[in-house]
Amino acid sequence: MRKVIHRKLSKNFLRLGLVFLLAFTNTLSAQEGDPAKGKSLFNANCAACHKLDKKMTGPALRNVEARLAEEEGLDREWLYAWIKNSAGVIKSGDAYANKIYKEYGGAAMTAFPQLSNEDIDNILAYTAEEKKVAPPTPPNPDGGTDTATSGGISNEIILGALAILFILLAAGLYLVNKTLRRFASAQGIDLPESSSRTPLWKAFIQNQFLMLVVAIFFLLSSAYFVYGYLSQIGVDQGYQPVQPIHFSHKIHAGDNGVDCKYCHSSARVSKTSGIPSLNVCMNCHKSIYEYTGETSPEYSKEFYDGEIKKLYAAAGWDDAEQKYTGESSPVKWVRIHNLPDFAYFNHSQHVTVAGVECQTCHGPVEEMEVMYQHAPLTMGWCINCHRETNIDVKDNAYYTKIHEELSKKYGVDELTAAQMGGLECGKCHY
Amino acid sequence: MSSNKKYWKSVEELNENSSIVETLKQNEFVAEIPTDEFLGDKETLESSSTTRRDFLKYVGFSTAAASLAACEGPVKKSIPYVVQPVEIIPGVANYYATTIANGFDFASVLVKTREGRPIKIENNTMATTNGSANARVNASVLGLYDSLRVQGPKKGDASISWSDFDSETTKKLTDIAAANKDIVLLTQTFASPSTSKLISEFKEKYGNVRHVVYDAVSESAALDAYQAKYGERGLANYDFAKAMTIVSVGADFLGDWQGGGFDSGYSKNRVPDHGKMSRHVQFESNMSLTGANADKRVPLTPSQQKIALAKLHSQIVGGSVSGDLPTHIEDAVKKAASQLKKAGSNGVVVTGINDVNAQAVAIEINEALGSKAFDPKTPIKTRQGNDKAVAQLVADMKAGKVAAIIMSGVNPIYTLANASDFAEGLKKTELSVAFSMKADETSTQTQYIAAAPHYLESWGDVELKKGHYALMQPTIRPLFDTRQFQEALLKWNGNDVSYHDYIKDAWGTSILGGSSFNKALHDGAYVGTIATEVEDTADVVEEENATPFGNAARSLAASAKSEGLELTLYTKVGMGDGQQANNPWLQEFPDPITRTSWDNYLTVSKADADRIGLTNKHVANGALNGSYANVTVNGVTVTAPVMIQPGQAKGSVGLALGYGRTAGLKEEMQTGVNAYALYQNANNVQSVTIEPATGEHEFASVQLHNTLMGRGDIVRETTLEIFNTKDRDVWNKVPTVSLNHEETPVTSPDVDLWDEFDRSIGHHFNLSIDLNACTGCGACVIACHAENNVPVVGKTEVRRSRDMHWLRIDRYYSSEESFEGDDNKKDNISGLGSSLSEFGELENASENPQVVFQPVMCQHCNHAPCETVCPVAATSHGRQGQNHMAYNRCVGTRYCANNCPYKVRRFNWFLYNGNDEFDYHMNDDLGRMVLNPDVVVRSRGVMEKCSMCIQKTQKTILDAKRDGREIKDGEFQTACSAACSNGAMSFGDINDKDSKVAKLLKDDRMYHLLESVGTKPNVQYHTKVRNTTEA
Repeated sequence: MRKVIHRKLSKNFLRLGLVFLLAFTNTLSAQEGDPAKGKSLFNANCAACHKLDKKMTGPALRNVEARLAEEEGLDREWLYAWIKNSAGVIKSGDAYANKIYKEYGGAAMTAFPQLSNEDIDNILAYTAEEKKVAPPTPPNPDGGTDTATSGGISNEIILGALAILFILLAAGLYLVNKTLRRFASAQGIDLPESSSRTPLWKAFIQNQFLMLVVAIFFLLSSAYFVYGYLSQIGVDQGYQPVQPIHFSHKIHAGDNGVDCKYCHSSARVSKTSGIPSLNVCMNCHKSIYEYTGETSPEYSKEFYDGEIKKLYAAAGWDDAEQKYTGESSPVKWVRIHNLPDFAYFNHSQHVTVAGVECQTCHGPVEEMEVMYQHAPLTMGWCINCHRETNIDVKDNAYYTKIHEELSKKYGVDELTAAQMGGLECGKCHY
Repeated sequence: MSSNKKYWKSVEELNENSSIVETLKQNEFVAEIPTDEFLGDKETLESSSTTRRDFLKYVGFSTAAASLAACEGPVKKSIPYVVQPVEIIPGVANYYATTIANGFDFASVLVKTREGRPIKIENNTMATTNGSANARVNASVLGLYDSLRVQGPKKGDASISWSDFDSETTKKLTDIAAANKDIVLLTQTFASPSTSKLISEFKEKYGNVRHVVYDAVSESAALDAYQAKYGERGLANYDFAKAMTIVSVGADFLGDWQGGGFDSGYSKNRVPDHGKMSRHVQFESNMSLTGANADKRVPLTPSQQKIALAKLHSQIVGGSVSGDLPTHIEDAVKKAASQLKKAGSNGVVVTGINDVNAQAVAIEINEALGSKAFDPKTPIKTRQGNDKAVAQLVADMKAGKVAAIIMSGVNPIYTLANASDFAEGLKKTELSVAFSMKADETSTQTQYIAAAPHYLESWGDVELKKGHYALMQPTIRPLFDTRQFQEALLKWNGNDVSYHDYIKDAWGTSILGGSSFNKALHDGAYVGTIATEVEDTADVVEEENATPFGNAARSLAASAKSEGLELTLYTKVGMGDGQQANNPWLQEFPDPITRTSWDNYLTVSKADADRIGLTNKHVANGALNGSYANVTVNGVTVTAPVMIQPGQAKGSVGLALGYGRTAGLKEEMQTGVNAYALYQNANNVQSVTIEPATGEHEFASVQLHNTLMGRGDIVRETTLEIFNTKDRDVWNKVPTVSLNHEETPVTSPDVDLWDEFDRSIGHHFNLSIDLNACTGCGACVIACHAENNVPVVGKTEVRRSRDMHWLRIDRYYSSEESFEGDDNKKDNISGLGSSLSEFGELENASENPQVVFQPVMCQHCNHAPCETVCPVAATSHGRQGQNHMAYNRCVGTRYCANNCPYKVRRFNWFLYNGNDEFDYHMNDDLGRMVLNPDVVVRSRGVMEKCSMCIQKTQKTILDAKRDGREIKDGEFQTACSAACSNGAMSFGDINDKDSKVAKLLKDDRMYHLLESVGTKPNVQYHTKVRNTTEA
């Protein structure tokens, strides 16, 4: 399957690449296109196979027109023809067309008859732009840290000042008191001593009833805490292990809005959601070889690019040669959500039948830079949801009859999962 | 007043001078307690540097360390594919149609695979040519994960590579062929058109090649008889669904007779329909599965069988035969004959006597009757062995005439009676190769072991019956460095194509006739429309005597002589010919008749046992012990344990083949005695002398009480006559209790202690078991084992009644001639004296008892006694009628098992999946691959039981929900109901009023087990009806 995709894609890419190559060569002078429009057209049509500065499925396209004109003597007309129908150009026996077709492993570029000459001009204008040298990233682009730090300091100063003031006041009071006493003794006034009543703590100890109440309270509360401690054993809420590849759900599901089930496709039909196999990663990462999104001091662009390299190493993808080496090593992910063996859970029941959002159990995954266990995954947690969630019976012929009869029996409009039998032991334990 | 009474503590005190009495006054014990013995020798103790204090420190430290270490949760890794195969979705099962053809079992099956590993064998409903999967076929998946398989080619004890193997063997073969010496291919029955083609190509290439087909358990006589009559080597096909009167003389056709697979056809006519059912008369010596199912069973010795068959022939076909039979047998033969004549073309006669004349007689009778069930036109091809060719081969080998022998699928040093001759001959060959999955008795004696793959890893094709083809396809990549025989033949023939391509090509040219190969592969079978002639490659030794027909009956009767006891060798439903002896499921599978696992034994009638002095007795824990006997045939003696078998014909004994293997088996599986040593001239009947031997054998029986004691309400029985003429209340009365002095049926809500829970909405599952259709074959038992991860506990644990089968098939014998007699006897008991003596008598099975099988699993009572006594509510009831068992909640009080009237709950005494004492598949990294990932593996200290395959019902429901559709009848299945091809088990939803089980619930024959207890089970039974009408 991998191979098939690979071939098809590269075919398409190649064709496009050639078109561009040719298109740009000839009309060095004719820079009449609009680079801005060209950029959007490029991203929509060409970017799947071509980059400006990097060879991908198809060749790199920076200054393609100039290059073709210089090296091969091909003009813009040739590029128009190539982009609109590369196969035709190849068929016509054009020498360069055939050469590049062979160079990229016989993968033909998709034909783009829908692009007008003007569109192509725009694209070429875009490719002819000079490469922008990225300005060095400022250490704190937003300067947010500074503000935050200064805010923190000012708070601390205020607090410190208040504390000093308080100490000064206390000391002042003590000194006043001491001075007053000294005056009193100097003037021979007897200060009344406090009467020798039994101290409160002693009275407390002597009161057996109070002691009993306290003891009971103490026992109960310690039992409560012991119970609480024991019942969290084996509950790994918040479990956030370090993974062999730093995969950011935030970037994939959040920033790029990739659907969860694009990668975790078996969640629709199987009991397991499935950790995507590396060929699924490579569907996109064959062309996404670098990270271009937002970065932070902790996770720099170099860091993310390094993680993509790890993926390439695992999948056995040679990015320079744009081909698989065949030497792959499976990634040993650390499993985060672990249900005990005696509990049966089926993703498809919840995802496909009930239409539950993944986030209901897995939390705001699209915000998680590092994945962690959001829910406690305890039986009480399961049961609660089954009690509170109505079942989705719309357009499901399986439920029609049973729902009608059961809702009549319970006198409700909508049944919960519990009323459907979702609390029975054997539904999850077998 | 003081008493002068003196109390004696023991008789010893009467002896005034006893020193013991004196000692006991001072000491607690007479002798010194031998503490030194268990404290070990003093020197080591004293020289040890570890003081008591140190020891305690170590204990304390290690305990603390262990508990600290346990605080850390384990890190679990999850490793996805690098490239996920398109057809695999983790968590979803794939099914592949394939065919088992191991030389003994041939069946089209469906293999369930999970994440690429086969975990269960199921019936292929699209390919039913050779019956369905029996217990052995169901268990065969475990053979794939046998850790004792040969993992690569071997030369002697050393491993070699396949390329070395190829070059060395090819060179030797070429040399031998050049020297014009004999090359022999000794193989199992492949019944494979492609293999036959390959072998003929091999013959062409190497010249002097002889192909000898060898069946460990021979059907040679029947093959010879068929060949003599119809000119083709095969076995007549029988379709018992077309027979209303069946007479069998010594044929265990519900067992392994002529390859088996006849039971589903047989069962079709056993269920009374419009007042009619088939009539089955069985003449036999051993109590077989077939005899147990018969309406009338006549025990007689093998020599009497011959006369009986001859007489049957003379009465139907004509002619006269001599020979004497006891009057009651004579009478039975006459009645059978008249019944057959009356039935005409609806009658059929089969025989299991391994004698050409007998087989010829049976063919003649069926021809004379014009039997519809008898079908000589599409012969069965799954047995092709030739005894004479094998005997000739052994003689030639011994004479040093065979230069090369290549074996596949056979183990002659284990299965031949003259194995030592064969072994001697084997040493004289220049080249010996055995294609084998095991380093077994034979392959360890050959020069090369060519590691063979399991059938689930192989390609292949089979012609089950003439024109009925089946395909074998791999369901997993080979686990080891193995190569199948056919691939090697291709290599030797210098052909570079793969066997898969070879089959595809062969099918395309000669079998399919234009149909799609892929469709045939998908379906697993193809029924040809064009009759194809595949060259018979097995070389046939010329018959010296002419066709047996014409004079067969007279020669048959003349050949019947009896000297002393007659031994009939048979194969067990569980073990078959013994090639799967390392399969713990099959070892623990209780024999349907004796209900004994892990053993074979000499079955002896009570009368003979008493005469010879052989006994069976129950020891203190209830388990069965038996004496040993020396069984001698022509100077060969084996010592076998004795099992007294009701129904065994006087003057006959029986012993099962397939046990007593020692090579290539785990120690636990080396059970029983090798009866092949007595299988002389491949004749299953031998005359023997039997002497008692010393010692006592410990049996592992799962049922220790054999009779029903007249409790007719457990297994309801009636006769066809009563069933047809009388009201339901007469033969299947609902038990009543007295309420306000009125007899009220126990099913009435008025006499119920409990409020009925409303189950009318949603699904309500019922399992229906028809005692008429159930033959007791046990396929369901193994299917349940495989589906539900039921552990194997081993012989000693079975002996302690700790077997774990979730589904058992109870077998009961009648104490009188019939169960009706038992009931009458019990009802007529009056007074204490009579009750003591007659209940005592009822414990003993009759000499020729009626037999009944009753599968029992959890009855899923709506008012379950187990649920009310569980202190932790670990077992509870679901709305869908299933009694749930939450293992993680169970604390192991076993109250539930004690309160269960059906005794279906099983307690996990040990951690069977993590205790080295139990060296079976669950304790073996390879064996664990067979576990079903949808069912939890239970831990120690919990109760387990049949769940009514809730994982399967839930899956069916989920699939329907996902598709958004209603569930059709027949979609719901349990492992047992899916495995039962006899129609004895039906499963479904009774809230679906049109479903089969809903209709069966209203059937007149329906009753519930122990209905009087008021448990309201969700398992229905259907009264057994016997056709006792004599003609």
